[in-house]
Amino acid sequence: MSAAVHPLLRAKRRKAALRNLAFLSPWIIGFCVFFAYPLLSTVYFSFMHYNGVNPPTWTGTKNWSYVFRDYPLFWPALRNTLWLVVVMVTLRVVFGLGVGLLITKIKTGAGLFRTAFYLPYLAPPVAATMAFVFLLNPGTGPVNHILGGLGIPTPGWFTDPHWSKPALTILAVWGIGDLMVIFMAALLDVPKEQYEAAELDGAGAWARFRFVTLPNISPIVMFAVVTGVIQTMQYYTQPLVAGKVASGIIGNSGQQFEPGYPDKSTLTLPQLVYERGFQRFDYGSACVIALVLFVLAMAFTALLMRRRNGFLSAED
Amino acid sequence: MTQATLTAPAASAPGHPADARARRTARRKARLHWIAVHSLGLAAAAFFVLPFVFVFLTAVMSDNQALTRDLWPHSWQWSNFRTVWDTPGFLTWWRNTLVYAVSGTVLTVVSSLPVAYALAKFRFRGRNLVMVLVISTMMLPPQVIIIPMYLFWTKQLGMDGTLWPLIIPMAFGDAFTIFLLRQFLLTIPKEYTEAARVDGCGELRTLVTVIVPMIRPAIAAVALFQFFYCWNDYFGPQIYASSNPAAWTLSYGLESFKGAHHTNWNLTMAATVLVMAPVIVVFFFAQRAFIEGVTLTGVKG
Repeated sequence: MSAAVHPLLRAKRRKAALRNLAFLSPWIIGFCVFFAYPLLSTVYFSFMHYNGVNPPTWTGTKNWSYVFRDYPLFWPALRNTLWLVVVMVTLRVVFGLGVGLLITKIKTGAGLFRTAFYLPYLAPPVAATMAFVFLLNPGTGPVNHILGGLGIPTPGWFTDPHWSKPALTILAVWGIGDLMVIFMAALLDVPKEQYEAAELDGAGAWARFRFVTLPNISPIVMFAVVTGVIQTMQYYTQPLVAGKVASGIIGNSGQQFEPGYPDKSTLTLPQLVYERGFQRFDYGSACVIALVLFVLAMAFTALLMRRRNGFLSAED
Repeated sequence: MTQATLTAPAASAPGHPADARARRTARRKARLHWIAVHSLGLAAAAFFVLPFVFVFLTAVMSDNQALTRDLWPHSWQWSNFRTVWDTPGFLTWWRNTLVYAVSGTVLTVVSSLPVAYALAKFRFRGRNLVMVLVISTMMLPPQVIIIPMYLFWTKQLGMDGTLWPLIIPMAFGDAFTIFLLRQFLLTIPKEYTEAARVDGCGELRTLVTVIVPMIRPAIAAVALFQFFYCWNDYFGPQIYASSNPAAWTLSYGLESFKGAHHTNWNLTMAATVLVMAPVIVVFFFAQRAFIEGVTLTGVKG
């Protein structure tokens, strides 16, 4: 039997608990109202037939089988996401690292170069996407004008299903400033002595990169890859705006446009939530897609947190 | 051993012709390296800057010239910006965006600070669990919970066609802001808070009078992030404001320019320039804070 806790101590503890609760209260309310409740509600609606007008009715797994078996946009969207994860994330990490390396080597006008490399990252996504649809448009766009002048074939970019994802990839690589800054900071943190030691051992530039730089920054590379994958699963504004603007149909006033123009090639999962929920008023199926998105995002987040020395470790 | 073999050439007497030659080659190599690095830098800079240049050049073209493949404007039609500015709605969208971004930023920072402080400085049971949940919500795509949220705000509270469903939640902490501020607060030595406590300062007063002045750069960084997030947000206004053009934001309204001026890329690009400009101006004023903030997301922890 442990001795009874002294009443003064108990009062102090209660005060501390109240204080903790008070400080955390914005988050606790926010978590319950804007996360836990809607998440449970999403699970509930995924088993309901609901169009926003008639009261929801139970349909069992009908929404689920519809999305996985009969919904013609689901698998193309998932395939597009896979393509983007493999190509876009890889290229962004490789170029981000490359530009980060370059900026650490630049001696003259470093500040100017850094600003130039970083600025596109800040361009509002809608504006940047519209700019790229213009730059790459096959009719009057400057890019094809220049390519044509050089005798290089001129693709249809955002109007050609084979070239729309590469065009989005160019747009994503253009806005690489965030990765550049993260890699730059990591590269400057690599101990100089290790480079000196490698040099004394006669290591060339490639060997120094391979055996000194890479091992030192590999956690950051991992961080960039996993957050890149998570961002790609949320990829929404750019492919949607590109599809809308390139197809010449602007949906602001409620006009319907062919989702994923051209030929479903720019569809992503978040767009399907919008298509099912807000264009077809099929809230049940929209919730199924939302849950698929949730499971994928959480799986990769867990991967990020599982590393003990990872960046998102919950411990200090 | 390796050291001995490697330093062998340098053993020749100073002033020896071989030594001078070696130094010359080293200098030439350094210069070649400089040229290689800086030409690569210029090529990369062209890739990053030229899109802005082409967009700007098109924005000042005449309507007729914008239909051609010309790269350089014949006459600089500055009035395009005026035309966009005077488009019905543009000023309203501008104001809405500013209201959304400013109120969202202030609410987010004020509500996230105490949470981040508690997570960094207090010890209590379940703290790690709270951290795990914060990180999970940070990584959550907004589309996951949009159906119930939309039904909640519009069907139950009748807020369809306004930006309130986007602004109000920001008074309840933002996961990313909490996470970043907490990372920064962890780097502040305990002595500061303890000294304040000894002086009889309550925790809230310690936070406001001792800690906040110390973490001003971090607050500037998260405020900027949140400001840009709101400014750039497209999905939120699309869901809640689309039915009411008087509540549109710039990001959402911008699209309609291509619709209204179907073939006129010049006006669409002028509108694009006007949407990009404020972001770029803010960046130039707060460049340091911003880059430090980005670094913080990846490196500290």
